[in-house]
Amino acid sequence: MMGGMSAALERTLIVMPAFNEEEAVGAVVREVYATLPGVHCLVVDDGSHDDTARRAEAAGATVLRLPINLGVGGAMRAGFKYALAQGFDNVVQVDSDGQHDPAGVTELVAGLEHHDLVLGARFAGVGEYTVRGPRRWAMRTLSGILSRLTGTKLTDTTSGFRASGPRAVALFAQHYPSEYLGDTVESLVIASRSKLTVAQVPVAMRPRAGGVPSHNPYKAAVYLGRAGMALFVALIRPPVLVPKPVAAG
Amino acid sequence: MSLAVYILGIVAALFTLGVVIESLRRRHLRERHAIWWLAAGLVALVIGIFPNLLGIVAGWLGVTVPINLVFFLSIAVLFLVSIQHSGELTELESETRTLAEAVALQELRIKELERSLAEALGPKRNP
Repeated sequence: MMGGMSAALERTLIVMPAFNEEEAVGAVVREVYATLPGVHCLVVDDGSHDDTARRAEAAGATVLRLPINLGVGGAMRAGFKYALAQGFDNVVQVDSDGQHDPAGVTELVAGLEHHDLVLGARFAGVGEYTVRGPRRWAMRTLSGILSRLTGTKLTDTTSGFRASGPRAVALFAQHYPSEYLGDTVESLVIASRSKLTVAQVPVAMRPRAGGVPSHNPYKAAVYLGRAGMALFVALIRPPVLVPKPVAAG
Repeated sequence: MSLAVYILGIVAALFTLGVVIESLRRRHLRERHAIWWLAAGLVALVIGIFPNLLGIVAGWLGVTVPINLVFFLSIAVLFLVSIQHSGELTELESETRTLAEAVALQELRIKELERSLAEALGPKRNP
């Protein structure tokens, strides 16, 4: 790799899936541009009914408007396709509600030098984001299984704050699940079974703009059940062959 | 079995077949969706005309109460058709998703083309 971080950022596309996020999206886009010079920002408007697209555009982002709501996974695959078509090497997913601190992007992208997929983990000792009770146990169980699968220690597998390198972008432009939890859990399985390397780096996470994570045991059980389902389905599917990385130049 | 019940069985089967064939004819139904209904209608017609056949087949298969064979086959057909529909629904959703992506990507491209065209044509085209 040559050129250092700013060159790496220029080859990086920030993809922000946004569904009815008119309140937050403009500020988040501006913060991304202020924090990460040279980066490109694509807001995927996932069929919003509000002013999301115009506010994102006014803030300087490129806006991809999906005519129907496809969910986070659907919006992300569209983003990966755009990145591939426009020749970006890396894609970093950032939430449009301001939950992810753009400052963390630099570390994620740095991790891409050695890995294909880098997750920003909330529980790795940075920031104030905590989850307690059954939901935490559910997330831990899930992390344990996925850590074994990917062969690396993962503590926060449902984090949407993640960076994909060139091989992952090529893979995800074709195969990125749109099911609930499929975009986070199943995509990890797809990546590891396609022999991509996964790593995690600690990032600070802000409290969500709206609402607090639920501590309801019933909801935690449902969550674990759905995650288990996503995991099961991902494991029984045939692995996807990744196209060989195209030699540069 | 009374004559009325015998006729009812045949008429019901004929009606089912009629509906399926008419739907096929009007292109309301494609062959691959109609095939199960056609098969079910034909079996119902044959059994309607020759009710004793049901008892014979049930005997071969070791089904004590022949009507249970009817229920079993009916449920099996409904089950297979539902699976087929779920599968096609999944396929349609995935196609819709791909189309939505393509539309969005092209819309963005058109917009950018229009912008660069407007710039190339100079400010007088822009009121």
